[in-house]
Amino acid sequence: MLKSRLLKDRIARHYMLTATVMAIFFLFLIGGGLFLKSLPIMQEKGLWTLLTTSNWRPFKGDFGFASYILSTLYVTGIAIIIALPLSLLTSIYIIEYASPKILRAFSSVVDLLAGIPPVIYGVWGTLTIVPFISKSIAPHFVEFSTGYSVLAAGVVLAIMIIPLIISILMEVFSAVPKEMREASMSLGATKWQTVKKVVIRKSIPGVIAATVLAISRAFGETLAVLMVCGNFTDLPKSIFDACYPLPALIANNYGEMMSVPQYESALMFAAFLLFFIIVLFNVISRLVLIQIDKRYQL
Amino acid sequence: MNTKKLEEKIFKGLMIGSSLLIFGVLLYILYIIIKKGLPSLSWEMISQIPSGGFYLGKEGGILNAIMGSLYLIFFSVVISLLISVPVVMYLNFTLRKKSRFSAFARLTFDVLFGIPSIVYGAFGFTIMIFFGLQASLFGGIIAVSLLIIPVMIRSIDEVAILIPVELIEATKSLGATNYETIKVIVRQLLPGISTAVLLSVGRGIGDGATVLFTAGYTDSIPTSLTQPTATLPLAIFFQLSSPIEEVQNRAYSAALILTVIILMLSFSARYFSRRFSKNKI
Amino acid sequence: MELITAPLITVPLTIEQPKFKVMNGSHSLNPHIVVENLNIFIKGNHILKDINMTIPDKSITCIIGPSGCGKTTLLRSFNRLHDDNVDVKIKGKLFVDGEDIYTKDTEVTHIRKKMGLLAQRPCSLPMSIIDNVVYGPRLHGVRGRRKLYEIARHQLVAVGLWDEVKDRLKTPASTLSIGQQQRLCLARGLAVEPEIILGDEATSALDPISSKTIEELFVTIKDKYTVVLVTHTLRQAKRIADYVAFMYMGELVEFGTADQLFNHPKNQLTKEYISGGFS
Ligand SMILES: Nc1ncnc2c1ncn2[C@@H]1O[C@H](COP(=O)(O)OP(=O)(O)O)[C@@H](O)[C@H]1O
Ligand SMILES: [Mg+2]
Repeated sequence: MLKSRLLKDRIARHYMLTATVMAIFFLFLIGGGLFLKSLPIMQEKGLWTLLTTSNWRPFKGDFGFASYILSTLYVTGIAIIIALPLSLLTSIYIIEYASPKILRAFSSVVDLLAGIPPVIYGVWGTLTIVPFISKSIAPHFVEFSTGYSVLAAGVVLAIMIIPLIISILMEVFSAVPKEMREASMSLGATKWQTVKKVVIRKSIPGVIAATVLAISRAFGETLAVLMVCGNFTDLPKSIFDACYPLPALIANNYGEMMSVPQYESALMFAAFLLFFIIVLFNVISRLVLIQIDKRYQL
Repeated sequence: MNTKKLEEKIFKGLMIGSSLLIFGVLLYILYIIIKKGLPSLSWEMISQIPSGGFYLGKEGGILNAIMGSLYLIFFSVVISLLISVPVVMYLNFTLRKKSRFSAFARLTFDVLFGIPSIVYGAFGFTIMIFFGLQASLFGGIIAVSLLIIPVMIRSIDEVAILIPVELIEATKSLGATNYETIKVIVRQLLPGISTAVLLSVGRGIGDGATVLFTAGYTDSIPTSLTQPTATLPLAIFFQLSSPIEEVQNRAYSAALILTVIILMLSFSARYFSRRFSKNKI
Repeated sequence: MELITAPLITVPLTIEQPKFKVMNGSHSLNPHIVVENLNIFIKGNHILKDINMTIPDKSITCIIGPSGCGKTTLLRSFNRLHDDNVDVKIKGKLFVDGEDIYTKDTEVTHIRKKMGLLAQRPCSLPMSIIDNVVYGPRLHGVRGRRKLYEIARHQLVAVGLWDEVKDRLKTPASTLSIGQQQRLCLARGLAVEPEIILGDEATSALDPISSKTIEELFVTIKDKYTVVLVTHTLRQAKRIADYVAFMYMGELVEFGTADQLFNHPKNQLTKEYISGGFS
């Protein structure tokens, strides 16, 4: 009896260990696999050429990623610039100022928004944001814009990541102990001073973590962006021009890549690039957080 | 003194403004999706596969995508559970509380959580090429499992961490083995695991980029693991790019159907997590 | 908590006002905080019932009573910390320096600046040691590195923390021990130049030695400040109190000098409580 119990325990332990090691291994497997696949193009063209040129003619063997990389950065940048302040303001209001009723209602709203799939944001973007930019915003700045643009992609992405950021920030702000707010107020601080100098300060690590997650999500988002960005290879000259971020490049060309030499390797290089940047970004931000914790012990 | 008050007033105004804006955007998204999707929503839409090709055919519905998505998510969730639950149990209840290995593992899972779905799709695709497989239900299951395993681990880990050490010690002090202790804990964690499942279903069912290369697209309902499989996000995406209005309308009602599914998932997740927090574990 | 038998509760409660006349001359006897018919309701429950008391300045007043009787609630009402809680309804009047603090026009930050609060667990703000001390002065417009440094030094010396922290003023306050943090919190409170120090079981989370240090600090500063303490041990009250308020089930049962209340309690309940009948 005891023997069989111990045996079961041993089996379970091994199974759990295997599962854990396997799950960790995925990360390295994915990185390694994509790296191997993109090795041919890196060896042929050289990393520098791939990253810094922007000629893209797969049928002639030109693979320059510069404009795709820049597009990705532009779009992500716009999304964060819009999303972060709005999310901060909203979550502070909800946690610090709003009544419990509003708090409850708003967390449902945030949950709902966070669950809506990217493709729905894409559909909504093509129906609303794109025509709005084309008809109402762009004419003030440029001669012509279809609306499918850097700006449209940035806005749609921003709306997509806002609920993600808010739901984390709401948790972060409510984790600040009530006593800390009272300590500040009892020294004669106003509510806003307390928020500014104590609550936000205390929450800096959480705000960084939320931002990292949001950037990761925005950076690699495919369908929602693909549907509103215009998919045009040239480097965008203004935010009203079409652009072509890396994920969209991969998604759009998977069909034909098998027929052209090096094409597959080039697209896998794009995937590897996304992978590598995200991993690097996450690891660096983790190191920064550890440093902040060491230095400030918030 | 007065500038301080003014500053607070301004910021409070901004805060209320942005909260209203975000609330308004949600309503606007729902309004547009319903307005566009409702007119062509019909029984035919959810009970028939498209006739005459999904891209060109004006008749039929999107049953292929609905069933495809359901098959895909069902198998992916089962596979992910088989991996995520043991992983979380191992990290929390077998290893010591502050082991380096578990810290490393958590960092890895956090990174995996941030990996874009298109990367999972591309990686899944390379594996399939490696094994000489075509786009298929099987390929889709692999890619979607990869996508949702980190989601599940993270979300189960969040509740597992809250289990008091006393409970574990109490069970172990009665002479239970680690495995028996974990069985007790898993039962305690069921509401949390349900929430994780619902969350993963939402994430997996809504993501198009993972299945784009791996599951492919087809007009029919798959009858085996090796056949390509339609999915709801891709049904929306492909049909929207069709030049034919009827087909586009089908995309809009597919969007409505997907949204309704997601809203239902979201509501049940809230229900579970509320029940969970009431029980206080 | 041991429950007391029912008939005792029906004993009519007489509320004793402090008899200043019997005090020996060492204290000036100006009322500093005056509570008039204070009633507090939380979520519809009547938590404080018709509290009337006068707290004299430049002395230590201890509030005692079994847990749950409303001591914390009363103390927090002194600097309007209930303001942000929508569940709390307050009726009655509260005067500080003869000024009603619960009127519409009262500047809350002004009231709070007059009082330093020490919580049960020390709560250092998420910043360095020195920034903690000068947090209040900065809020109220004090500028200049030298000036702020002097304030910090002065207050840290006053609470006996200077020698322990002078070499690491820039390190996070959270690196201090609990006892040190509580003294830091006191220094932080004193730095806004308050008139009143409120403490809510301020020593209960501390080790005996830190606890004694804080207690002695209270005695030292009472020449300059009015100190109101909720105490969790009768012994502490006996050691340091000039005046004692005994509360029971939301009512102020007896208020008097320490000598009066401990040696000649008038009320049956008080007698039972100080002789350790219930806690
Ligand atoms: N925020 C609150 N919500 C509900 N009840 C409260 C709250 N604060 C205090 N109370 C109630 O008020 C009564 C007095 O509490 P308190 O003032 O903390 O007592 P003491 O400090 O004497 O132990 C208790 O019965 C407590 O349950
Ligand atoms: Mg109390």
